[in-house]
Amino acid sequence: MKIVVCIKQVPERDARLRIASDGKSVDTAGVATEINESDQYALEAGLRVAEKVGGEVVALLLGPDAAEEAIRRALAMGAARAIHLNDAGFQGGDASSAAKALAAAVRQESPDLVLTGLQSDDAGWSQTGVILAQLLGWPSATLIMEIEQPEDGRIKVKRELEAGWFQWITLPLPAVLTIQSGIYPVRYATLKGIMGAKKKEMKKMGPADVGVDGGQVGAAGRKVELKRLYVPEKTAEAEILEGDAATAAASLVDRLQKEAKVL
Amino acid sequence: MAFKGVDYMDLDGELSSEERMARDTVRRFVDSEVLPVIEEAYLEGRFPTEIIPGLAELGVLGANLPEEYGCAGMNNVAYGLIMQELERGDSGVRSFVSVQGALVMYPIFTFGSEEQKRRWLPAMAKAEAIGCFGLTEADYGSDPGGMKTRAAKDGDGWVLNGSKMWITNGSMADVAVVWAKTDDGIRGFLVEKGTPGYEAKGMHGKHSLRASDTSELVFNDVRLPGDAILPGSGGLKSPLMCLTQARYGIAWGAVGAAMACYDEALRYSQERIQFDKPIASFQLVQQKLVEMLEGITLGQLLAYRLGRLKDAGKYKHTQVSLAKRHNVMMAREVASSARWAMGANGIHSEYQVMRHMCNIESVFTYEGTHDIHTLIVGQDITGIAAFE
Ligand SMILES: Cc1cc2nc3c(=O)[nH]c(=O)nc-3n(C[C@H](O)[C@H](O)[C@H](O)COP(=O)(O)OP(=O)(O)OC[C@H]3O[C@@H](n4cnc5c(N)ncnc54)[C@H](O)[C@@H]3O)c2cc1C
Repeated sequence: MKIVVCIKQVPERDARLRIASDGKSVDTAGVATEINESDQYALEAGLRVAEKVGGEVVALLLGPDAAEEAIRRALAMGAARAIHLNDAGFQGGDASSAAKALAAAVRQESPDLVLTGLQSDDAGWSQTGVILAQLLGWPSATLIMEIEQPEDGRIKVKRELEAGWFQWITLPLPAVLTIQSGIYPVRYATLKGIMGAKKKEMKKMGPADVGVDGGQVGAAGRKVELKRLYVPEKTAEAEILEGDAATAAASLVDRLQKEAKVL
Repeated sequence: MAFKGVDYMDLDGELSSEERMARDTVRRFVDSEVLPVIEEAYLEGRFPTEIIPGLAELGVLGANLPEEYGCAGMNNVAYGLIMQELERGDSGVRSFVSVQGALVMYPIFTFGSEEQKRRWLPAMAKAEAIGCFGLTEADYGSDPGGMKTRAAKDGDGWVLNGSKMWITNGSMADVAVVWAKTDDGIRGFLVEKGTPGYEAKGMHGKHSLRASDTSELVFNDVRLPGDAILPGSGGLKSPLMCLTQARYGIAWGAVGAAMACYDEALRYSQERIQFDKPIASFQLVQQKLVEMLEGITLGQLLAYRLGRLKDAGKYKHTQVSLAKRHNVMMAREVASSARWAMGANGIHSEYQVMRHMCNIESVFTYEGTHDIHTLIVGQDITGIAAFE
């Protein structure tokens, strides 16, 4: 069985972040990075499935040169090889343009299963995995908490719903699953694994290599434009809406429509 | 909160990605597997044997020995960083790993026959066999050349008599590397647990390195087969070569203990309020913190440079002495200063500083006392030995 796990490199948890001078991005200079948390769990889940049924895990990462470190970590943990979508044309995208690039790479690999993290700790769209499934035309399920051994071209998974509820569903393969953090304890990269990672294949690919139109990916392909990134501003202003609950609620809706323009 | 390291001079930028990964994986292991159990083990005065399978699985036992013998084949900088992280957890844990790797696997690898290597090294890397190193005796510490333990030829084999004191891992060990006088000088022997006449007794009452097995080894007419001897060993130089390996790891390990103390004192001083302010706002506390950071930074640079020299095959044992001497004294001062800055909480087992502070006293004494390293470097620069 071939399993592709999509991983992203993000700033380390509780890293001190600064906003870059363009006011739209984070200044990553000198910021320590790690594999996105839920992607680590996706990798662990993928390795477990591969160990049970046999097969290989291919790590797929879109990111700049500096993201090579995340790939090496994935290889050290046990991925058999890696594909690095690394090209200026892939940079500056959003969830949709990233998913297009990933989909092109996945099509070339034609795996049985694709795993992604539930969401990235930096942008936090929670969309890349599901858009990827849509582009591939494959079934998908989100918030996966448990995976049963695949059988007869099907896979049974447990999804987390709200308020402590869970759902078991079965999907035909190939499928895309987005993995929830905590699914299984993430293994340690062993020292032998770290040494062995050097010898594993790490293929660097650009848009042309995966057969995707440059206009569809990276900054050129984005559908969402980020206008401004800022640290929440503290103000000392607060207003108490007077009257009984009904009056106060009506006044709140009015304000939200007219002043805040969010409704 | 996960430990983030102390890296004021961006030493990370000098490390390869393998070196960083090795450090990070051990750092995570220490956070999740060592710190939750160490304080209790320390108070109970026992080595936390529950972490041994995990240490073996990670591959830290004999991590810088070759893959051919089931080891990870890491370079010496990565090995040093591993020791740093382990000692950030506890000096007893680092001691366990140092003894197994540098004092038992290393002499088997360096002085052993091919058969001894095949038999022991892969098993020791997997922790299927634990080892100890017996050099010190009750009356011969800094002066091991005077040892009384003797191995006499007996047909094809040997008869061993004597005793060793202060032996780390002694009671747990499946095999002891024992140094004994023979008719042709000091030689190393592999003595297996269960050999008649060989006994290990735990030493109790330590105020330091409590999460470590320290034992006395007794040899009463212990009959050893001819192949128990390490064929390549010869003279006091052999055990000293082992000590150089272990001291190299200690130079890094001490930095780890100091990091743990500094990290804890820094956080504490930012949160502890006295006179309506965090104590970190007082100059006397800031000075302590800055001096701790300074000591750690110098220690890191020293260990790092020594590691690169060792990897290039160019280091001298006197350089290792300088680094062990400096870094352990640094850690001793940092631990005591951190404890000082933490007031009453600094002596309590809810915090780590006092455990590290007590541990460092052993590290300061074993593997060549601070004074002995002074004399080693002193002899190197003056050409005059001042031991006697
Ligand atoms: C917890 C622990 C674990 C240990 N584990 C091991 C182990 O696994 N294997 C092993 O073989 N040993 C081990 N040791 C023993 C250790 O290596 C010795 O304790 C050390 O070599 C010092 O010897 P000593 O204690 O007899 O002190 P001594 O040699 O008696 O020294 C006492 C004091 O005199 C000073 N001194 C001695 N000679 C001189 C001199 N010529 N000039 C100036 N000052 C001098 C010393 O610096 C020291 O301050 C361990 C010790 C401890 C505490």
